[in-house]
Amino acid sequence: MSPSAIALLIILAIVGLGTFIGFRAGASRRMDLEQWTVANRGFGVVLVWLLMAGEVYTTFSFLGASGWAYSRGGPTLYILAYLILGYVVSFYILPQLWETARAQGLQTQSDFFEKRYGSKVLAALVAAVGVVFIVPYLQLQLKGMGIIVEVASFGEIHRKAAMMIGGALVAGFVFASGIRAVAMVSVLKDVLLLAAALVIGIFIPYHWFGGFGPMFRAIIRAHPAHLTMPGPTHTMGHAWFISTVLLTSLGVYMWPHNFGASFTAKSADTLRRNAVVMPLYSLLLPLIFFAGFAALLVVPGLKDGDLSLLTVVQKTFPPWFLGVVGGAGALTAMVPSAILILTASTLFAKNFFRPIFAPSMSDDGVAKLAKVASVVLMAVALLFALSGARTIVALLLLGYAGVTQFFPGVVLGLYWSRASTSGVFCGLILGIATVTFLTLSGRDPIMGLNAGFVALVLNFVVAISVSLMTGTERMGPEESGHI
Amino acid sequence: MVRKPTLPALLLGLIPFVGMCFTVPLWDRIYPLVGGFPFNIFWLMLWILLTPLCLWGAYLFEKRAVSHHPGGHQDGAR
Repeated sequence: MSPSAIALLIILAIVGLGTFIGFRAGASRRMDLEQWTVANRGFGVVLVWLLMAGEVYTTFSFLGASGWAYSRGGPTLYILAYLILGYVVSFYILPQLWETARAQGLQTQSDFFEKRYGSKVLAALVAAVGVVFIVPYLQLQLKGMGIIVEVASFGEIHRKAAMMIGGALVAGFVFASGIRAVAMVSVLKDVLLLAAALVIGIFIPYHWFGGFGPMFRAIIRAHPAHLTMPGPTHTMGHAWFISTVLLTSLGVYMWPHNFGASFTAKSADTLRRNAVVMPLYSLLLPLIFFAGFAALLVVPGLKDGDLSLLTVVQKTFPPWFLGVVGGAGALTAMVPSAILILTASTLFAKNFFRPIFAPSMSDDGVAKLAKVASVVLMAVALLFALSGARTIVALLLLGYAGVTQFFPGVVLGLYWSRASTSGVFCGLILGIATVTFLTLSGRDPIMGLNAGFVALVLNFVVAISVSLMTGTERMGPEESGHI
Repeated sequence: MVRKPTLPALLLGLIPFVGMCFTVPLWDRIYPLVGGFPFNIFWLMLWILLTPLCLWGAYLFEKRAVSHHPGGHQDGAR
């Protein structure tokens, strides 16, 4: 058998196993909307942990982080800082959100805005913005899928064909099973990926350089500025780092799917304990960076840095191991994609379409519409993935710039009784408009700062000041003397 | 309104932000190498271990506050 046939067969076997587990997990239960999306709020520490860990080890960290380590160097460290700090932020908002969600029967992020601010229009806006900014996230998973199959086939299968195969698999997977399947497949994905990261991150530096120390010394000799900020970039210095880490760590749980995943927990305490231990899960992330750093010297001159991890694996290991890494990588694209699609399609049907266009639609009708929407959404993301050229990390940063604009509405909504509908509405609109303008006109970073962060600051200022002007509308008379 | 996190818990959560985010100009350097790792990479890896300690402390404060306010509610809005 040719090396590419071996690698591809193993990838196929792993993806097949994952899909099988997914279909089985869904088959035994009746799927109403609540079961499909929040699994009846019955997940304990372990399952919630697995669902949320989907955020740490995705195509983004696997191919994207190593890709940036290869092409951007020092600025890549923002990824380690933001993931850990994201859990810190979660400690102070998720338990409170969970309490609110349970008390009021919330299923989605948009439900929260509707109940807290009493505005269907604001809730529909939140749903629409969430769906729009999930698209680049989905797009990056599909790009990852394409890269994996392309490299594993030694270039025989073209990336575009690979993306289409991957997209079809994910859509089928979601269609059949819902969130419980996603949690089950997460187990397989995490075990494989953690093993792959350990082997790759330790073996590659030892094989090519004789250890971590010698590898770093070799990189420092060849590229003295690569390992600190701004690295080979000119715009990603310390101000960029601070603003990006703040934006993204505040934003981790503003992603509609992460926001929603917290509702599957059994208790608020589950979420607190989760936040305490989650940072440890990032322990293997530096190993993935190291693979990208090693690739800089082992396979220099790649046009697309996102290829670096798999290319250096291909050059270092036998084809069967490339197959295992590729299979693990494919699952890390499929699992988060499934979560993203599930969330976005539910948001679209339940929080955008029904309240605005079909108020009389039944819950069963919403569930059906959500399933149709999931297929359409996949097609849209695939279309963008086939034509887009951004790096994986750049795509994720674009998504973060968008979804973090929900943060003021959530945190003020939880903790500040004067936060008003019009304040949060104006802030969100201004935030999204700023992100869109700065990004489309190529002004990110702006004055050394992350554009999404600049938008977030404006958003906060407007939300607070408009609330102060209008904010008495939701207060009882006995509270009106306090600020 | 839901119960707000306690002040000591909030301060403990601020520590990782200071360590990993605001102080970046102080630690974003290659030398001294620690165990062969550039200093910035070593520093962030250290915080993977320190952050759970901070949050564990915060957890203890929060747990005490929750048991003092059964039902998770505090009287009155700010």
